[in-house]
Amino acid sequence: MQQPAEGAAETAARQAPPQGPAAPGRPQGRPRRGNLPDVLFRATTLFFAGLVLLLILAIGTVLFAQAHLAFSHFGLKFLWTKQWDPVRDSFGALPSIFGTLVSSFLAILIAVPVSLGIAIFLTEMAPPWLQKPVGLAVEMLAAVPSIIYGMWGLFSFAPIVARHMEPWLKHHLGFLPLFQGPPMGIGMMTASIILAVMIIPFITSITRDVFALVPAMAKESAYGLGATTWEVVRNVVIPYTRTGIVGAIFLGLGRALGETMAVTFVIGNAHDISLSLLSPSNTISSTLANEFTEATSHLYVSSLIALGLILFLITTIILSVAKLLLWRIERQVVGSVR
Amino acid sequence: MRRHGGLRHRLRKATNAIMMALSGASALFGLFWLFWILKDLIHKGLPAFSVAFFTKLPTPPGMAGGGLVNGIVGTLLITAMATLIGVPVGILAGTYLAEYGRQSALAHAVRFVSDILTSAPSIVIGVFVYAILVQPMKGFSGLAGALALAIIMIPVVTRTTEEMLRLVPNALREAALALGAPYWKVILRVCYRRVLGGMTTGVLLAIARVAGETAPLLFTSLNNPYWNFNPLEPTGTLNVTIFNYAMSPYDDWRTKAWGAALLITLGVLATTIVARIAVSRTQRLGSQR
Repeated sequence: MQQPAEGAAETAARQAPPQGPAAPGRPQGRPRRGNLPDVLFRATTLFFAGLVLLLILAIGTVLFAQAHLAFSHFGLKFLWTKQWDPVRDSFGALPSIFGTLVSSFLAILIAVPVSLGIAIFLTEMAPPWLQKPVGLAVEMLAAVPSIIYGMWGLFSFAPIVARHMEPWLKHHLGFLPLFQGPPMGIGMMTASIILAVMIIPFITSITRDVFALVPAMAKESAYGLGATTWEVVRNVVIPYTRTGIVGAIFLGLGRALGETMAVTFVIGNAHDISLSLLSPSNTISSTLANEFTEATSHLYVSSLIALGLILFLITTIILSVAKLLLWRIERQVVGSVR
Repeated sequence: MRRHGGLRHRLRKATNAIMMALSGASALFGLFWLFWILKDLIHKGLPAFSVAFFTKLPTPPGMAGGGLVNGIVGTLLITAMATLIGVPVGILAGTYLAEYGRQSALAHAVRFVSDILTSAPSIVIGVFVYAILVQPMKGFSGLAGALALAIIMIPVVTRTTEEMLRLVPNALREAALALGAPYWKVILRVCYRRVLGGMTTGVLLAIARVAGETAPLLFTSLNNPYWNFNPLEPTGTLNVTIFNYAMSPYDDWRTKAWGAALLITLGVLATTIVARIAVSRTQRLGSQR
């Protein structure tokens, strides 16, 4: 790790002395004697910053190389094959991809209105003495490790779902294909609810931050015209921060797609594709968590890594979109202030 | 005041009341889960706490007694190793962003990537470390687990370091430079010293973040029911023990899993609260000057 840093520093040192390490916006013409350590220090920080950049490329490349066996054996068909049979060494990613997308989608469906509600409560409604403790509590919800959600979900929440929620849903909405099968408490629905609770704090804290970007003048003008709090939120705050809200939702989605331990405990781990929300299912991450250490053949391991690669690509795309949207609203606000 | 009797007016007021009630309800909804989880954790985890829990090794399956001291020590060791690897890298990368890169294209790219890595699925990072360390070394090891956690820490530390260094007023740097100090010395002696508190809390937050991680440890450090101080051997951690014990059919193991869960949650939440309070204090200080 040290070697390339020093190598880079030396090359930089040879080129640098004439003009000195000029950082943008920094005073020029510092004393010469400081130059070599200066260049070394700069090169070291540059090296580690570059390391962060390389890390994401390395993850992608390594996963791709290790997934190669699976893709060359099954072809792209791997993506839409339903069968996952370790005994016959025959693998397809579809059930895991399906479970990942459906559970995350349902989680977003539950989490978005709640998160927006909390953000509105924190920015527009709550008196100052209440904002801090409630905000801190929501952050605590984010700090609880995901395995705790999983274990708690399995032992505390799933039995309640099985005894109360699912029978009720079956009784009233049992004619829908969504609510078929025995009420076991573990399955797609429980996993989605737990996932939703886990991503609420992430979406909330970002929406709260973008809500705070709305100029007070805009809100006060609306209040001055006689608007109610809700009308201010609907007609001023939300239109102003729409990009940021979408960014927050994408960030929550990225989190939900990759969440592992919470889902693994409660989703039931069955490589099936079912329309019913009550039936056990699987996600990419839960498949990895359950089967990786037990994978015996090379093809099995490679197929699992291929699943990991798919998850990595999906989340990287979703998170990039989130980041770009959030950057846009930051720039938009900075622009409107100036 | 004039009487507002119009239907439209009453409708608007009613809509407002309903929407505000809903937003208050969502806040309660969020708090409700936190308290429910904490209540169950304390209720079911506290009975597991005993002297043996903190001092004894695990017993064979189904046998009562024993404890999880190996997991407690393992978690501390792996987290400490991860901190040793991840924190220097993160601090230096963050220093580049705040002090040298600033608005350059490279700095923006690093910021973008580290924000994505912060939210990247931790299990994928576990797979990555499995491929680059566990496979070539032909064995699971505590070091591999620590590397996986370090990779998760790096982007977090990078961004907090940058944010903290940005709070240092430029006048301070200029004053030091005017006295003839080289820039690297200004960064080390003036900037770092100024934000030492903030950076420490940033590191604490990163530690709290990874201390509860389980997914990246499943196939890197694996688990180990015995004492292990060799970083090249599989190492037991509380997190992986929770996973194994909770899925087991033995009541005694499940009770221990609750105990471990309570212990790790208390540790993580306490660290987070301390760090949060300190962070908001530093930011206030920074904005005042």
